[in-house]
Amino acid sequence: MQVHTHVEITSEWGIVAARQAGRKLAREVGFGSVDQARITTAISELARNIYLYANKGQIKIEELADAGKRGIKITAVDNGPGIKDVRRVMEDGFTTSGGLGAGLPGVKRLMDEFIIDSELNNGTKISAIKWLR
Amino acid sequence: MKTEIREAILQHQETIIEHWTTELDKFRTEDNLQSITKKVYENTNREFIDKLFLTVQNGQEDVHQELIQYAERLIQLGWPLNYITRGLQEFRKVTVETISKSGVSYNNSIEFFQEFENWLDGIVNVLVNEYSGSWENTVFLQKMALKELSAPLIPVFDKISVMPLIGTIDTERAKLIMENLLDGVIEHRSEVVLIDITGVPVVDTMVAHHIIQASEAVRLVGAKCILVGIRPEIAQTIVNLGIDLRKFPTKSTLKKGIESALELTKREIVQIDE
Repeated sequence: MQVHTHVEITSEWGIVAARQAGRKLAREVGFGSVDQARITTAISELARNIYLYANKGQIKIEELADAGKRGIKITAVDNGPGIKDVRRVMEDGFTTSGGLGAGLPGVKRLMDEFIIDSELNNGTKISAIKWLR
Repeated sequence: MKTEIREAILQHQETIIEHWTTELDKFRTEDNLQSITKKVYENTNREFIDKLFLTVQNGQEDVHQELIQYAERLIQLGWPLNYITRGLQEFRKVTVETISKSGVSYNNSIEFFQEFENWLDGIVNVLVNEYSGSWENTVFLQKMALKELSAPLIPVFDKISVMPLIGTIDTERAKLIMENLLDGVIEHRSEVVLIDITGVPVVDTMVAHHIIQASEAVRLVGAKCILVGIRPEIAQTIVNLGIDLRKFPTKSTLKKGIESALELTKREIVQIDE
């Protein structure tokens, strides 16, 4: 049976809730402690981006089973301002909020697959997958 | 409440109590009420309906205090709010049903229903307020408790202090950490501060950013920061995220951090030969 969880991000507590849900599912799928930390950190980054830039949105966390491979998929959706230049936000050190600018490129490195879909003034959808080895 | 309604309700008191008790017994088996013994449940029901009839008799103002006390006791014993709301709903149903059958035409009028609903709403408000007030209070107290266990700066040796961080770091806590760190460094005249992140479950870019900022601020007031307690999985995620901590002395454990802090302040701990 495939499990998925939805977490609404409306405050900083939502970030914590999403993270805990992610860690729980990662453990259930069978990820080791390092990958659990990677997945939780990726969720934390995506959830924080929602909170920071779009104020509210959702994090969906689901188990994947595809041709004998198992994994976990995180989807972050918001209806926020969107990203003006997707290529630039994927550069290390680029930030619009005075942060480190390592969030999105970091998530890409933490996970195995990464898809970003964003339209200016029309929200952002990011999905990231980590496969179990 | 109007005298006619009061009298109508009191007149049918026994029937109402009887039906109400049967209805309430039905939902004892559901929900989270199962753990309550039959006797306690019956006693609580009796008290509940007594309080309701007392309110019918004397008016809400006189019984207000008693209603609150009853709700407080239920809260303390951990009864769900659901019990109260359902109890009141059943009371409305049973009362309206019983009285409208009595044959008096006023008892079927809209005015009667409105009057009765208004009266019942008053009671609902009192009881639900009492419950939500107690929840808000609990949340507030837990927030305070969380704040109290936030980020103390502990002087361990002359010139050396440790700040153990435990739990999630949000914006509010990050601010507190910075303040405590700077105040403490000046107050204890620390030269080296060890920030221990063993108890931080997730180090994402924001947490790292706050730690970097804090250590930069510590540098400005003339002290040095060492980051300790970096667990292997955290080290890997920091590298993956591409966070640059090169400017930052780090150590795996607090023990090693203290050793290097002693070194930095030109001291060492030696065993005394007897």
